[in-house]
Amino acid sequence: MAAALVAYAAGTRPSLVSRPVTASTPRSQTARAARAGVSILAVIATFILVWEGYKGLWGALAWDWPVRPNNRTMPHTWDIVLALFEPAQRRGGPILLLVELRAALFTLWEAFVGFVIGGAIGFGLGVLFVRSQTAERAFMPYVVGSQTVPIIAIAPMVVVWGGRAGLPQWFIVSIIAAYLTFFPVAINTLRGLRSPPRTAMELMTSYAASPREALWKLQVPAAMPFIFTALKVSAAASVIGAIVGELPAGFRGGLGRDLLQFSQQFTAAPERMFAAVIVAGLAGITFVGAVTLAEHRFVASARRQDAEIAGAGA
Amino acid sequence: MTLVVEAKGLSKTFGTGDEAVRALSAIDLEMGQGDFISLIGPSGCGKSTLLRLIGDLARPTSGELSINGKSPHQARLDRDYGMVFQSATLLDWRTVRKNVELPLEIMDVPAAERSTRADQMLELVQLGQFAGHFPWQLSGGMQQRVAIARALAFRPALLLMDEPFGALDEMTRELMQQEVLRLWAETGTSVVFVTHSIPEAVFLSTRVLVMTPRPGTISDEIAIDLPSRRDLETRKNPRYFELITRVRDALRSHDS
Repeated sequence: MAAALVAYAAGTRPSLVSRPVTASTPRSQTARAARAGVSILAVIATFILVWEGYKGLWGALAWDWPVRPNNRTMPHTWDIVLALFEPAQRRGGPILLLVELRAALFTLWEAFVGFVIGGAIGFGLGVLFVRSQTAERAFMPYVVGSQTVPIIAIAPMVVVWGGRAGLPQWFIVSIIAAYLTFFPVAINTLRGLRSPPRTAMELMTSYAASPREALWKLQVPAAMPFIFTALKVSAAASVIGAIVGELPAGFRGGLGRDLLQFSQQFTAAPERMFAAVIVAGLAGITFVGAVTLAEHRFVASARRQDAEIAGAGA
Repeated sequence: MTLVVEAKGLSKTFGTGDEAVRALSAIDLEMGQGDFISLIGPSGCGKSTLLRLIGDLARPTSGELSINGKSPHQARLDRDYGMVFQSATLLDWRTVRKNVELPLEIMDVPAAERSTRADQMLELVQLGQFAGHFPWQLSGGMQQRVAIARALAFRPALLLMDEPFGALDEMTRELMQQEVLRLWAETGTSVVFVTHSIPEAVFLSTRVLVMTPRPGTISDEIAIDLPSRRDLETRKNPRYFELITRVRDALRSHDS
């Protein structure tokens, strides 16, 4: 997970994964990765200092606004970390960290499948809408409307319907994740497909290019930066969708049920709740980080940025 | 011999009813093989509209227009047009070579021939060593040369240029004019060239068509009888200045 965090931070600092025209040396890439690692550690250290500082100061002065700090509302950071290394069950067995990592992997898989399904549907809708104004006018209100219905209202319906249809539980959760994923992709794909300047479209017309050729050779490549922006939003949303999707039927194996359970046991063992939240957060960061890496690998404008940063740094 | 462009009573109206704007009215035009015609006039005189009608990017409201004896639509389907706009409009995610190959890809030219032809065209515009670069690594003038190479890559019968050098500085502009004349001589293509610049129109063309607005019509036609070989000497030729004055007077005489 720590490695994923470093990769993510380095991804937002595009130079690490750049494939610039002027190749940067492996040594400078190592240096950048090291710098990214240091900055992450600095943020974590600052966070711990603020947390413990607040606890100590507010406790000593007996202040209780906004939060009265005690070991229930704000457990010590080291207690949260220690909770990760204690057995998950009272009678022993694997430590909480391992249990939660396994749960995170399960939830990430559900989220990933939902992300792929939702991404494909979103892309398809974007293409449909750019090709047909009639389709856009007819369906766009429902696409927008679908997102104003809260996911916690949709999830139980999908669980019931999916269960009747005999779908595996994890796949039902993926469908719920897809519901949160498709919207940003559809909207941004549409914007991206409309982004080429009029002269570029006229150029394709002058070559007597078919609409399909104009789509794949001009509009889709031009839309890639827009689509990847949406995919980053969707990656995070799909993890939330998967966690929420696990809740209504109490599906086992993922983060959702554990988070629910720990929140019920919050007064007894608050540090376990915080520990699980940290793992859930890392799962989301890992996914978004992977999408960011893909962006810098495949999107020309991101590579261009990389090249320019590398050029400026050299 | 068929004319490359033949227009009779061509007109174009945008909108309908009270809001109708007559962009072009009663345009007659005959253009032969190898002609270099410039359309010059103030903003709103319809010169770009005329170019777009010729290139089948817009339909005339009335009148007749034929390209190589065909309808503009058929000419477009036959890939008779090479277009160059004021902005180079290169695709940022493609290398210079891949940009020049774009029309050839759409025309299903085999890959091997595509890259040979792209390299030839890039040599022609003297950008051979930049084939592997991306557009954003080139200057504005170089980008416009790539756009010209791309327009010529499939050997169109007619090159349509809409203020192609409008965004370039004066020095680059003069170099590009020289370049276009050289390409025109080497490829034998016919050119319709829209410009705001009187010296540019005179220096490049075999004929300059002066256009006036409201509604857009061709008010004067000035044959440019400068020696066919044009270079720095041409720009010092007294005849060059006479012709510039004639075009300027033609533009002035219609000022209201």
